Amino acid sequence: MAEIEQNGSGERKKGKQKKFSIRVDFTPMVDMNMLLITFFMLCTSMSKPQTMEISMPRKDLLNEQEQNKVKASKAMTILLGKEGKVYYYMGEPDYENPDMIQETDFSPNGLRAILLGRNQIVMQKIRELKQKKANLEITNDEYMTEAAEVRKGKDSPVVLIKATDFSNYKNLIDVLDEMQICNIGRYAIMDITPGDLRLLQDKTHAGYADDLKEVIEYRELKQ
Amino acid sequence: MSQKIKKKSTFIDMTAMSDVTVLLLTFFMLTSTFIQKEPVKVNPPQSVSDIKIPDNNIVSILVEPSGKVFMSLDKPQDRMEVLKKMGENYQIEFTNEELKKFSLCNSFGVPIQGMKQFLALSPEDQDKVVMNYGIPCDSTNNQFRSWMQFAREVNKELVIAIKADQNTPYPLIKDIMATLQDLRENRYNLITSLRNMPQV
Repeated sequence: MAEIEQNGSGERKKGKQKKFSIRVDFTPMVDMNMLLITFFMLCTSMSKPQTMEISMPRKDLLNEQEQNKVKASKAMTILLGKEGKVYYYMGEPDYENPDMIQETDFSPNGLRAILLGRNQIVMQKIRELKQKKANLEITNDEYMTEAAEVRKGKDSPVVLIKATDFSNYKNLIDVLDEMQICNIGRYAIMDITPGDLRLLQDKTHAGYADDLKEVIEYRELKQ
Repeated sequence: MSQKIKKKSTFIDMTAMSDVTVLLLTFFMLTSTFIQKEPVKVNPPQSVSDIKIPDNNIVSILVEPSGKVFMSLDKPQDRMEVLKKMGENYQIEFTNEELKKFSLCNSFGVPIQGMKQFLALSPEDQDKVVMNYGIPCDSTNNQFRSWMQFAREVNKELVIAIKADQNTPYPLIKDIMATLQDLRENRYNLITSLRNMPQV
């Protein structure tokens, strides 16, 4: 809406041009813009969702028993149980000895402390790299590639994650998260074995065997 | 001495205000993306991972706590092609009109046998009923597998993203991961919401 005001008195002198002050009222324009801004604020999201990239082993390349044997001796196995409970054992499972399974939780003093304890060499290296980056000795890209190398290196422990059917998605993500926090590069999500379930059952007396029964029935059905 | 009361003009110059709002508007238009309509509300778990998901070529798999699975493809063209292939596979003929209608719905999740009736509904009705269905993905009737397989055939550059609710029981996730592994899709993204990295 343009407001055109005529300046001067009603009388006009001959030969003199009309003098207009042109003033545009921007109020409706502002109203409209505000409306549009409100619309955009409500109907759009500023941030893109975060993701966690994982890569699973190829099924056709996976010779389970062989792989298990190679890794099991050095590996730490994490079992996800009911209601956010976490159990772990080191090395190969000893099915005769349920006490080898330890119970822990997702608190900073639980699983994280254990993982950090096992991953001290890598953590030390990562810290040095971070320090270098802070001192501008290396660029961010270099830091990223080197950190990835360190994480995948020989010093880093192998962690096997096995979730029981009683755990939920949040538990799985939490464990994967701990891997990231503790800079563990070598981990794998694996199916739980009847032996592990039996161990859990002996340790907790909490009905994991029902699950075990189902697992065994299911496998027999498949064969 | 005659004192005149000055007549104040109440006219406020809105030009500057307008400048500011236009600036804000431009900012919002450029930086934000539209919220995608999803058939069910899903609450993803938190993680410290701060990788952003790519902009396009995404096939996302939505998993609800009760185990219903929905999928969404971001390109209408891809959606059409995939439905055509699904139809061929399950011996269901879809008309051009149905294909077009399907290309308009962003996410989908009805059994293929009920797809024809579903597409006959109006968009509002579709939104209302879609949450009662879900793509069947059990071992005897794994339509989810077919959807994924054809989606990959249609678009080689697809990035797979799984968006599951944090209370989803693990066996449901395991089934989906097993299906993906079956299809030799070994790299995929798990959508999470951000939380701060704890000091270690």
